[in-house]
Amino acid sequence: MSIDLAIDVHGLGKRFGKKVAVSGVDLQLPRGEVWGFLGPNGSGKTTTIRMICGLLKASEGSGTALGFDILKDADRIKAHTGYMTQKFSFWTDLTIRENLEFVARLYRLPHMRETVDSTLQGLGLADRQHQLAEALSGGWKQRLALAAVTMHHPDLLLLDEPTAGVDPQARRDFWDEIHELSSRGMTVLVSTHYMDEAERCDRIVYLANGHKVAEGTVADIVHRSGLVTFRGQGTGVRRLAEKLKGLPGLDHVAYFGAALHVSGPDADIIRATITRETSGDVTWEQVDPSLEDAFIALMADAGTDRREHA
Amino acid sequence: MTSVLVSLNRILAVFLKETVQMRRDRLTFAMMLGIPLVQLVLFGFAINMDPRHLPAAVLVEEQTPIVRTLVKSLEASEYYDFILETDDPRESTDLLARGEVAFVVSFPTGFTRDLIRGDRPQILIEADASDPAAASNAIGSANTILTRALNRELKGATASLAASPAPFELVVLPRYNPEAKTAYNIVPGLLGVILTMTLVMITAMAMTRESERGTMENLLSMPARPFEVMLGKILPYVVMGAIQTGVILLAARLIFDVPFVGSFWVLVLGVTIFVIANLAVGFTFSTIAKSQMQAMQLTFFFFLPSILLSGFMFPFRGMPHWAQMIGEGLPLTHFLRVVRGVMLKDATLAQLQAPMLAMCAFTAVMMLIAMLRYRRTLD
Ligand SMILES: Nc1ncnc2c1ncn2[C@@H]1O[C@H](COP(=O)(O)OP(=O)(O)OP(=O)(O)O)[C@@H](O)[C@H]1O
Ligand SMILES: [Mg+2]
Repeated sequence: MSIDLAIDVHGLGKRFGKKVAVSGVDLQLPRGEVWGFLGPNGSGKTTTIRMICGLLKASEGSGTALGFDILKDADRIKAHTGYMTQKFSFWTDLTIRENLEFVARLYRLPHMRETVDSTLQGLGLADRQHQLAEALSGGWKQRLALAAVTMHHPDLLLLDEPTAGVDPQARRDFWDEIHELSSRGMTVLVSTHYMDEAERCDRIVYLANGHKVAEGTVADIVHRSGLVTFRGQGTGVRRLAEKLKGLPGLDHVAYFGAALHVSGPDADIIRATITRETSGDVTWEQVDPSLEDAFIALMADAGTDRREHA
Repeated sequence: MTSVLVSLNRILAVFLKETVQMRRDRLTFAMMLGIPLVQLVLFGFAINMDPRHLPAAVLVEEQTPIVRTLVKSLEASEYYDFILETDDPRESTDLLARGEVAFVVSFPTGFTRDLIRGDRPQILIEADASDPAAASNAIGSANTILTRALNRELKGATASLAASPAPFELVVLPRYNPEAKTAYNIVPGLLGVILTMTLVMITAMAMTRESERGTMENLLSMPARPFEVMLGKILPYVVMGAIQTGVILLAARLIFDVPFVGSFWVLVLGVTIFVIANLAVGFTFSTIAKSQMQAMQLTFFFFLPSILLSGFMFPFRGMPHWAQMIGEGLPLTHFLRVVRGVMLKDATLAQLQAPMLAMCAFTAVMMLIAMLRYRRTLD
């Protein structure tokens, strides 16, 4: 039974004409947890979220959200779900207050005036409530959107890259807010490209090319990637990346600050290669692979190594 | 050396790009071909400044061979189609008021006797002149037709009567708009035309604007039913329609001196139904169009037949049958009957029942189409 699963979908797939955007995605999200949704651009995160809240009809698969059928019961899912779109989708030609009032009325919230007042207070936008939403900066728009989609106290929160373009301090506040909402019983599925955000999730799901290629805790995923990472430091690492990139056995070569990280599946091959190629002042040590290293490995496995397109 | 000012290659590049984009935008493409074609067809064939087969009634007490001959001759001219013969003047007047006939031809009591005696009895043609263009040719030719028919009939003993002047007197009584002022006909019609243009266009934008700005996704993710969205989007414009109506009616009175002889409330009812009908059309368009540009084009596509085939620009009865059929399907046609009926003819609600109901039916069908077309997902 899916009674304690907020999201329970099987084999979810979506085609746009001939293009397969999502295929065979299973998701079982227990109530009350915060899950991160990761994957490169175009991997199908937004499409999957839209199918879960009934905004797109799944071409394959089935399932429930909050116990309601995603294909037949979209109306009831919508009533208990808050969906924050990737692109700001509130009405820029309405004022901040008018936007909130519109939402409050659509959800038929009781005590509309008080609810909107307290939401504005909570946002710290009470004194700007009569400005057009257009006048808000990017970060403030995101905060307004989050407040608007949680005003009706949804059971399920779907956030599509809510912190894109938000400064680090605000991003931290945003995540405190997400955990606060979660502690009040909301289930949260949040897509992101930020590794530090992924680490704040109970579990993460990684999509590539429309397929789910990994799921688990951050530690699980790093562990299961089977990656080994070496860190090189010293004056000799300059321009070394050019030399190392593409050599057999080295999946990922990238600078982290002044240090160079080299990752691959086999420690011996990496050690041999870097010893052979390195000259000058470089000290190598083996370190724990980062989540990012793991993802780049996952991406490479899924055949979507984006470094070539970048 | 390539010119600094104009590069043919750049022009070609843009030209090709635009060509490809235009071909991809099927609806725009269809419109660009469709609009001139429609114009051509409508202007070329549908518009008839010499309307024939106008419905008419005969009011006569005693049928005699001479009366029958005269009626036949009028019918043979193809201007008149007699759909009713009655001896009750109330019935014929009512038909004229409803607009079901354009003429009533009356032969007075004792017409035949007086004719044979040489007393020059009157033949009365009452014409619905609310649209002056419609009736003028039919009236203008009536005298000749009747005289010629009589001359053929009157042989032998009565041949002497055939001498000129005609042995009868033709009296034409234009009703509703005795001075044949076209403004009387056009200004009330303009009310309908302006409402059609503006209201359809504005609601046609209603949903496309949401899609274009990306707010559609938000709207659809919230629990709003299609019908709620439709009504919510339409209703503000009912108010706007009311304001427009007020302004136009005021202008009709103050600038064009158009009379208003009928019931104000019947007109209010008619305008309300008509406004909702147009808003429903616009909303339906907004469920079809993918961009605001397409919405504009669809509006124009609807507007064109509305002005040409509704009886606004050209006499309705003068159009060929197929054009009238299309016209009957347009709300403006029925609205013109209502607004001209009320303002110029003092038509009652009962007399305007048919066009009122037609507009209601149109609105219901449009709303149904809009609901069926309304997308509840982003697919
Ligand atoms: N309406 C649509 N019509 C056609 N293709 C679409 C549509 N929406 C999405 N796609 C395609 O489906 C794929 C998945 O897109 P989606 O937006 O779900 O990716 P995403 O993971 O959200 O990417 P990003 O990180 O850039 O937001 C992409 O290849 C995209 O081009
Ligand atoms: Mg996305």
